[in-house]
Amino acid sequence: MWRAERSPGRTERRAEERAEGRYGRLDGAVPAGARAVSPFRQLSLFRSEIGTVFRRWRTLVLLGVLAAVPVLVGVAVKVETGDGGTVGGGGGGPAFLSQVTNNGLFLVFTSLAATLPFFLPMAVGVVAGDSLAGEAASGTLRYLLVAPAGRTRLLLAKLTSTLVFCLAATMVVALSALATGALLFPLGDVTLLSGTTVSFGEGLLRALAVAGAVALSLVGIAALGLFVSTLTNSGIAAMATTVGLLITAQIVDQFPQLAAVQPYLFPHHWLSFADVLRQPVYWDQLLDNFRLQALYAAVFGSAAWARFTTKDVTA
Amino acid sequence: MARNEAHQGNTGSGDPASGIAGARGRRKAVRYAVPVAVAGIAAATIGIGSALASGGDPDLPKISAEELIAKVAKSDVQQMSGSVKFSTDLGLPSLPSGISLGEGGKGGKGQGAEVSPQAKLAELASGTHTLRVAVDGPDKQRLSIVERAAEYSLIRNGDQVWAYDSGSNTVHHSTAPSGKGAKDGKGGRDGKGGAAGETLGASPQELAKKALDAVGDSTSVAVDGTAKVAGRDAYQLTVKPKAAESTVGAVRIAVDAKTGTPLKFTLAAKSGGKPVVDAAFTKVDFGKPSASTFDFTPPKGAKVTEDKDLEGRAEHRAEGMPGLPGLSGGSGAPGLDVLGKDWASIAHFTVPKDLGEDAGKAAEKAGGAGKSAPAGGLFEKFGSKVSGSFGSGQIFSTRLVNALITDNGDVYVGAVTKDALIAAAK
Repeated sequence: MWRAERSPGRTERRAEERAEGRYGRLDGAVPAGARAVSPFRQLSLFRSEIGTVFRRWRTLVLLGVLAAVPVLVGVAVKVETGDGGTVGGGGGGPAFLSQVTNNGLFLVFTSLAATLPFFLPMAVGVVAGDSLAGEAASGTLRYLLVAPAGRTRLLLAKLTSTLVFCLAATMVVALSALATGALLFPLGDVTLLSGTTVSFGEGLLRALAVAGAVALSLVGIAALGLFVSTLTNSGIAAMATTVGLLITAQIVDQFPQLAAVQPYLFPHHWLSFADVLRQPVYWDQLLDNFRLQALYAAVFGSAAWARFTTKDVTA
Repeated sequence: MARNEAHQGNTGSGDPASGIAGARGRRKAVRYAVPVAVAGIAAATIGIGSALASGGDPDLPKISAEELIAKVAKSDVQQMSGSVKFSTDLGLPSLPSGISLGEGGKGGKGQGAEVSPQAKLAELASGTHTLRVAVDGPDKQRLSIVERAAEYSLIRNGDQVWAYDSGSNTVHHSTAPSGKGAKDGKGGRDGKGGAAGETLGASPQELAKKALDAVGDSTSVAVDGTAKVAGRDAYQLTVKPKAAESTVGAVRIAVDAKTGTPLKFTLAAKSGGKPVVDAAFTKVDFGKPSASTFDFTPPKGAKVTEDKDLEGRAEHRAEGMPGLPGLSGGSGAPGLDVLGKDWASIAHFTVPKDLGEDAGKAAEKAGGAGKSAPAGGLFEKFGSKVSGSFGSGQIFSTRLVNALITDNGDVYVGAVTKDALIAAAK
């Protein structure tokens, strides 16, 4: 029952190791009717899934590229303003760019504003799209299902690992930006968008809140990617579809003629994270965003569940 | 045991082989119903939510139009804060520079000198914007235009007036002549306006006050039921010009039942369609805004422009104070005479040269009328040729304001029909 029909390849052996790693306490052999899984082992499934995501070279490269963006922006701004000039002639470029030279903390906001439209969601789309379809493509999905973890729990573990990646990717951008900003530019009191000045400590807190808002903004595409991932057995197809949906949504979001559907597109409220930087915080858009992301998570999460728990897994 | 089957479900229950397919089909259908149901519930919630928001007019004691107007006049709300949704639809394809909205633009483009505050406020003349206002007494005000990832703030604290544009990190500073103009009649509003003038020009209160100032013989006023605005009970006041040639269909003002504060202002064109101006509080709080709301120190590295030409500006404002198009006519502006009166008034002036630019600016002086004058080269594109006893000229029309520019350089602008303009030009 454990043995694959095809000649066991490298990936399959690795999958067996992974499966054993997951259920190591069961000593490899899994009794078919095993029930009553202890909470500890439930957690171990989640942990091992998260580990799987972050041990991938692909994931590490994605995170590395994300970390490079703030460095690139910071260095470019530093070089451009080295002779005392202003950034981008005032007002151009991504949001907050004009403030970066005065306060390195703004590099965090600029970098998030620059990566959120495309880079961050693309990375999430790759990870989410790959989550199940990638396992199916490499023939490892059935090994995961042989273990008595249950499909629902496996799906939850996949979703969790994708969400953890959302947070990690955002934090990588934010921390890399903070480090670059601190190295290249002065830090100090922060002037919010509304013109109110707050201490650097509160500025840091707001930056953390911004990162949180950005991470939550990615929940929608994570759920969408997971659903797409249950539809196909090709990891590449799932990734391409997810990223394609992202681009389509971004384009549709640009046309004023399509204003009627725009509030329901997952990227529509993404820039609302900037509202954290108003005084007082302007919640309307932020809450709209969170509600929308929750809706996407509920609809596509349950669709993924419906699909994944009823489909025939042949690979 | 089939590894292709889901683990939960009927594993081990030993269904007969024939029943499995049917059971799985049913289970599949039930599971797929879950996301559909979630989406359906969400759609229903959104639908019910908006239905609840629009329906359910509150029950309020009856009140006559006169009493309601008196209530508004008496209302003395010193402290409030809130968000305003401000939409304008002038029926122009896209707004070139040089077009601005009533008070927002009044001191504005005409001066041309400074780029920031007034030009920014002119943006309000098209599309939908979210404003945040906070008021604490006569000399502490703040107005912010919420933009995508940026904000434009006008802050008045005592005699200091700051404008801060976070997008370009620029600051505009001026001092308000406190006292001056603060007490003399209409100037009172303008004085509050005076410096922070632009500040509250766009808020429902200011717009409503201007409309109500114009109430007279030429206007019919009625109380038209009640409404809920920003979660508060309000009376609806309808102001309609009697003049047939006016392009203003009706002005509707929702007045807060408790405080008498106008919460919503809608100006509809006679031609129907979407309101030309729609300003409404989406959130309002009559508590004292925190003192730090009105504090401002220019951030490090920001470009600060000082306003030197203060006197000139103040005067300019006083002249250019007309409220809604044609209401109080901008009669003080030089070279400008007003034909007709009240709603049907038409501003007339002559432009010597450089037609485009000057006409645009001059029209600005005529207050809201300025909306009609596209700048420069756009003139020819928008206009349509007319001829009459005055000779021939170009007529420009928007949903609210029409303008006639004769070949001799006479300009007639007003919130009146084209025929009325042609008749006036004779």
